[in-house]
Amino acid sequence: MQLRDLARVVRSKNAGPRTMTLDVIFESGADFEHAIGSARLTPAAIGALYDLAPALIRVIPYPVCHAIKITMPRRVTAGDPGDSDVYGAQQHGRLCEIEL
Amino acid sequence: MTASRRLIDEFANGSRRPLRFLGASGQLGYGVPTAPFEAGVARNPDLIGCDMGSIDIGPYYLGSGQMATSVESTRRDLRKVLVGARRIDRLLVIGSAGSAGAAPHLEQTLDLVRAIAREEGLQFRLGILPGDIDKAVVRNALRAGGLVGVDGMPDLDDREIDASTHLVAQMGMDAFQRAFEAGVDVLIAGRACDTAIFSALPAMLGFPAGVAVHMAKIIECASLCCLPGGRDTILATLDDQGFILESMAPQRCATPLSVSAHSLYEQGDPFSIVEPTGRADLTDARYEAIDERRTRVSGARWVPAAEPTLKLEGARHLGSRGVLLCGVADPLFIARRAEIQSGVSAIVRDLVCEDGSEDYQLHWRFYGVDAVAPTAPSAPPPGEAGLVVECIAPTPTRSLEVLKTLKQYLLHFGYPGRLSTGGNLAFPFTPPELLVGEAYRFNVYHIMKTPAYAAQFPLTIEDISRG
Repeated sequence: MQLRDLARVVRSKNAGPRTMTLDVIFESGADFEHAIGSARLTPAAIGALYDLAPALIRVIPYPVCHAIKITMPRRVTAGDPGDSDVYGAQQHGRLCEIEL
Repeated sequence: MTASRRLIDEFANGSRRPLRFLGASGQLGYGVPTAPFEAGVARNPDLIGCDMGSIDIGPYYLGSGQMATSVESTRRDLRKVLVGARRIDRLLVIGSAGSAGAAPHLEQTLDLVRAIAREEGLQFRLGILPGDIDKAVVRNALRAGGLVGVDGMPDLDDREIDASTHLVAQMGMDAFQRAFEAGVDVLIAGRACDTAIFSALPAMLGFPAGVAVHMAKIIECASLCCLPGGRDTILATLDDQGFILESMAPQRCATPLSVSAHSLYEQGDPFSIVEPTGRADLTDARYEAIDERRTRVSGARWVPAAEPTLKLEGARHLGSRGVLLCGVADPLFIARRAEIQSGVSAIVRDLVCEDGSEDYQLHWRFYGVDAVAPTAPSAPPPGEAGLVVECIAPTPTRSLEVLKTLKQYLLHFGYPGRLSTGGNLAFPFTPPELLVGEAYRFNVYHIMKTPAYAAQFPLTIEDISRG
C-alpha cells in the first residue's frame, strides 16, 4: 500500500523561506501507528527520497491528530533565482508514493 | 473614549469577563465573504483583527514596495472591516499592512483607510506602527554579534544590509500594547507577528499569554482550522483558562481534530509558536468538542525568552525579469532538452555578448517534465511540455534582447535526429517574450538581538474626524 492510499492529507508548504514542511495526516490512530512504525518514514528514508542528508530531516510525530510532520531545508531560499515552487506547496508527490 | 482605553479601564476597575475576538480574514485584500463577517460583527466582538501579509508570498512585494493584492479588492475589504468595527465602536487591528509591511505598503494602506473614512464619514483614533528597521541598528547588531541567520541563512555584512530595498522586522505584542495603552480605535501595523494582532490585548489584560498566543495563531487564519477549511470569519471567546472557536460560516465546523491539525500548518514545529518575547508551548494543549461546530482549546503554556529578539526580513534588487512562454510537443526534443538547452544558451551568449559581458542569468523550466519537482525514473515520457525560459538582466531592454534572440535560435535549433524542421516551439500568442517586472530576492532573514529593542516600532496617533 502506498502512503497516498492510507493518508487523509499529504501536503507540503514553506515554514519560512528557508524551510519546507510536509504534513501527513491519517484518519485513525491505528493508521498513524502503522505509518510511524514503518522504516519508510525515518530521516534516512526521507533524506534518500528528497536527496538530503538524514541529519537535515526532522520527523515529528503529532499524535493529537494522528499526524506526522517532516521538516527539511529548501533547495534554495523561496523566490531566489532558479526556485521552482515559491510557496513550496507541490513537493509532496514523492512522499505519496512511499510503500508502507 | 477610545475602544482600547475603554477595555483597559474596564479591566483595571476589577471587572473580569471573557473577551470575544473576530478573526475577519487571514489575508485582507483577497475578499472577505460578507455574510460570515456580518454574522461575526453581530456577536459584538471586543476586537476585530485581520492579518494582511506574510513572507510566504516571496521577495518581490517586500523588495518593490508593491502590494500583492489588487487595490480594488483591498479597498473593498478595508471598507468592510472599518465600517463594521466603527458600527459597534470596537477595536480594529490590522497587521502586516499592504502584504509585506514596509513603509510603502503601510502608506498605501493608510491612504486607503483615510479615503474610506472620508467617504463613509467615520470618526476614530488611528494608531500607526511602522515595521521598518533602521539599517544602522542592524549594522550595530552585526558588529555586536547579535545577528543570526534563520535556518542557515548566510551571514550578513554591511554591504548586504545596505543592499536591502526594504528591511522590516516582525513586531510583537509589546508594540501593540503601547498603542492600546495610548488609546486607539483602529490600529494599523507594518510588518508584525500575525499572532500579536489578537494576543497583545488579552496578554496585557491578564489573560494567560500562552493560551492567548495559541488562540491568535489559530484565528489569524480565519476559518482555516475548520472542516471544511475556509477563509470565512471566525469567532473566538477567551476566558482565563482557554478559548472556544466558532466559525461564522454555518457549514464550517471547528472540531478537535481540525483545530489541532491547524498547529501543523506552515509551522516547522507543531508544539511551539515562537514570538519576540517568548514562545507558546503547546505540548499540553487540549482540544474538546463543545458541540458539532465548536471546540474549546486550553493548556498552552507561555515560556518567556531570556531576552527579546526580532526577526528581520529584507529583500534586494536583482534586475529585470522577462520570460519566454512556449510549448513543445516533439518527444525527441523533450528527450534531448539538456543538450538543446546548453547548445542554444551558448549561441545566444556569443550573439548578445559581442559588445559586453554575460550580465544576465537564464533559468529553463520544462513543465510536464521536471520543472516543479524531480520525476521518478519510472515515469513515462511526456508527449508535450510547457517551457518557460526566465531571464534576469540588468534592464528590461537587455532581458528582452536576450529572450528574443533565444526564442529565434531555439525555434530553429537543429539537434541530432530532428524531424520537425518547421520550428521547435509552439507559441500560444505573440509576442511570446514578456516582461514580468523587477526581480528581487530575500537577502535578510535573520534574528536580531539589539539593546535598542524597545525603541523600534514608534507609535503615531492620528485623529480621523468627520468632514
